[in-house]
Amino acid sequence: MANVLEVKPDLAQAQCAEVGASKFCPGCGHGTILKTLAQVIDELNLNERAVFGCDIGCSLLSWNYMNIDTVQTHHGRTTPVIYGVTRANPGTVGIAYMGDGGGLAIGSQHLVNASVRGENMLILLANNTNYGMTGGQMSPTTMPGQVTETTPYGRDCSITGKPAKGAEMIAAIADPEKSYVARSTMGNVRGLKKVLKAALENVANGGFSFVEVLSVCPNNWRTNNIKTLERLKEMEEFFEVKEFITPAKKEEV
Amino acid sequence: MVKKLITQDTRMFLTGNEVIAYAANAAEAEFMYGYPITPQNEIMHTWCKLLPKTEAGFLQTEDEISAGFSTLGGILAGKRAFTATAGPGNVIMQDAQSMAEMMRLPFVCAVMQRGGPSTATVIYAQQETRLTCFGGNGEGFRIVYSTAGHQDLYDYMIKAFNTAWKYRFPTYMLADGYQGKMREPVTLYDPASRGISMVPTEAFLRAEGKIGVDRDATHLRNTFNLEEELMEHLDVYKEEYERISPEIEEYFEYKAEDAEVLVIAHGIVARSAVTAIDELRAKGIKAGLFRPITIRPLPVNPMRAAVKRAKQVLFTESANGQLAQMCLEKLYGLTTPYSTLFKMGVGVTGDDIVSKVEAMVKEPATV
Ligand SMILES: Cc1ncc(C[n+]2csc(CCOP(=O)(O)OP(=O)(O)O)c2C)c(N)n1
Ligand code: SF4
Ligand SMILES: [Mg+2]
Repeated sequence: MANVLEVKPDLAQAQCAEVGASKFCPGCGHGTILKTLAQVIDELNLNERAVFGCDIGCSLLSWNYMNIDTVQTHHGRTTPVIYGVTRANPGTVGIAYMGDGGGLAIGSQHLVNASVRGENMLILLANNTNYGMTGGQMSPTTMPGQVTETTPYGRDCSITGKPAKGAEMIAAIADPEKSYVARSTMGNVRGLKKVLKAALENVANGGFSFVEVLSVCPNNWRTNNIKTLERLKEMEEFFEVKEFITPAKKEEV
Repeated sequence: MVKKLITQDTRMFLTGNEVIAYAANAAEAEFMYGYPITPQNEIMHTWCKLLPKTEAGFLQTEDEISAGFSTLGGILAGKRAFTATAGPGNVIMQDAQSMAEMMRLPFVCAVMQRGGPSTATVIYAQQETRLTCFGGNGEGFRIVYSTAGHQDLYDYMIKAFNTAWKYRFPTYMLADGYQGKMREPVTLYDPASRGISMVPTEAFLRAEGKIGVDRDATHLRNTFNLEEELMEHLDVYKEEYERISPEIEEYFEYKAEDAEVLVIAHGIVARSAVTAIDELRAKGIKAGLFRPITIRPLPVNPMRAAVKRAKQVLFTESANGQLAQMCLEKLYGLTTPYSTLFKMGVGVTGDDIVSKVEAMVKEPATV
């Protein structure tokens, strides 16, 4: 048994070995998403071309998680920092990693404009339907009826409006010629890997990619393993998991 | 590598905003990020018009928040990048400026002050003095040059890049729309011809080499886990800031040596003061000027010496004493009385200063 525990996990080159166990809460989705991202970076051999930016939110804990050049920014501001980098240094594969609050609330003007302009970068948004870092308040993607600290009786959409659907919104405004837009889920890691691969390939070829990943926040949801996965299933029904725009598919038509 | 347009001394009749764009090119600036706001627009316009010749880069962003943060991105990529803004734009750009302060990024910004608070007026004020020096949720570890005319705009815009990249504190050229929009003769030159070489830039991200083989991955952050960890960093910044301040501080004195009434003013108001002083001297009143060029850090020792020599001091500004507040703190312990001439968001003329000083001579200040 001791031997089993001593076996090192097979980490991607693009993930920092020194950081050790995940800094996220047990069961958190951020770790799964980032681990998968690191594997894809390895597979596409982007380790030296990639620049990883993390937002403020629980994503900030990833500031030394990836074994690639990283800059942690301010809440909502990872998108402009990263397109600032890629504009100034073309050929960089810029990755802006953020939560649903960072992407769809405080940084939404950057998300909208970067998508419309087709900035050469991947915007990777972990949607856990709340503000994890600040203790579980309502976010733009909190589902109808969902209990959060600021919707203690459940989200009442007649007051708050309906949840934001990031991927649909970006698919409607992004340039279909050069964009890859998808929603994936950490509930299907193989699917997630495929999506991240397509997204990063598109960025490496000069395009713009937006990927929303349905994620979990057992800490603020106050859910055990079973309830967490049940909630994720509900999210997968509410937020359609699919590729919305793929530059490749367009060529086939 | 950008192409430099000015290779020999060239006398031109330009607006200040045009001068700034030429200066940025002379300083080999590679990228400008910006969002339109009066009175700085023509910096962007000129920069864009020159792009085919300079082969530099430009991005018009969605707001000043992104102009500030994408400028940081450009700098992280190792480019001599800059931005320019004013008024409410300067307000919302503070977020990025405080990140630059925390991460010691060589951020360069031309601030062309306009009236405030709020949208106010679009051409002139000195009301962003405090904001530019101390904005953001930080300690004001910034370097701010306040210019008083077109030659200054050229000289200090070039200098701002070198100060920023040498010392790694955010550096500003603080001017206003009068300077930006006015046309004056100015001599543009290649910095090399004045013995100025540009401090080389370096990439903070994507440096040479294979990660894990030639170098470690770079991890840059602005968040800390512990209060003490933060203070450790800030203590170092403070020590460095104080140590380099004497190298950076600049000031200009005009007939201050024997002045009985010492005018303290910065920026274009200091220019009105020079004409006023000539007029007052012709009338037999010994007036003089102390103009801090770096308003952050302030040239404290020479300012204290000048104030000590004088019988009275006059602070005058197109604001309600933003510079005066900063100076008074540094003049603690001196007993020279002072008076004020503050016109919030309005130009201070030579005549204004002449009448004020005459009144002070008749009835000396008591404060
Ligand atoms: C300008 C600003 N406003 C507010 C905050 C506080 N804040 C930190 S993280 C966060 C929300 C994070 O939520 P999300 O982006 O969904 O990320 P998560 O933690 O859920 O992964 C907020 C509001 C901040 N850091 N900066
Ligand atoms: S609070 Fe939620 S999102 Fe943040 S680390 Fe914990 S589980 Fe993950
Ligand atoms: Mg969230």
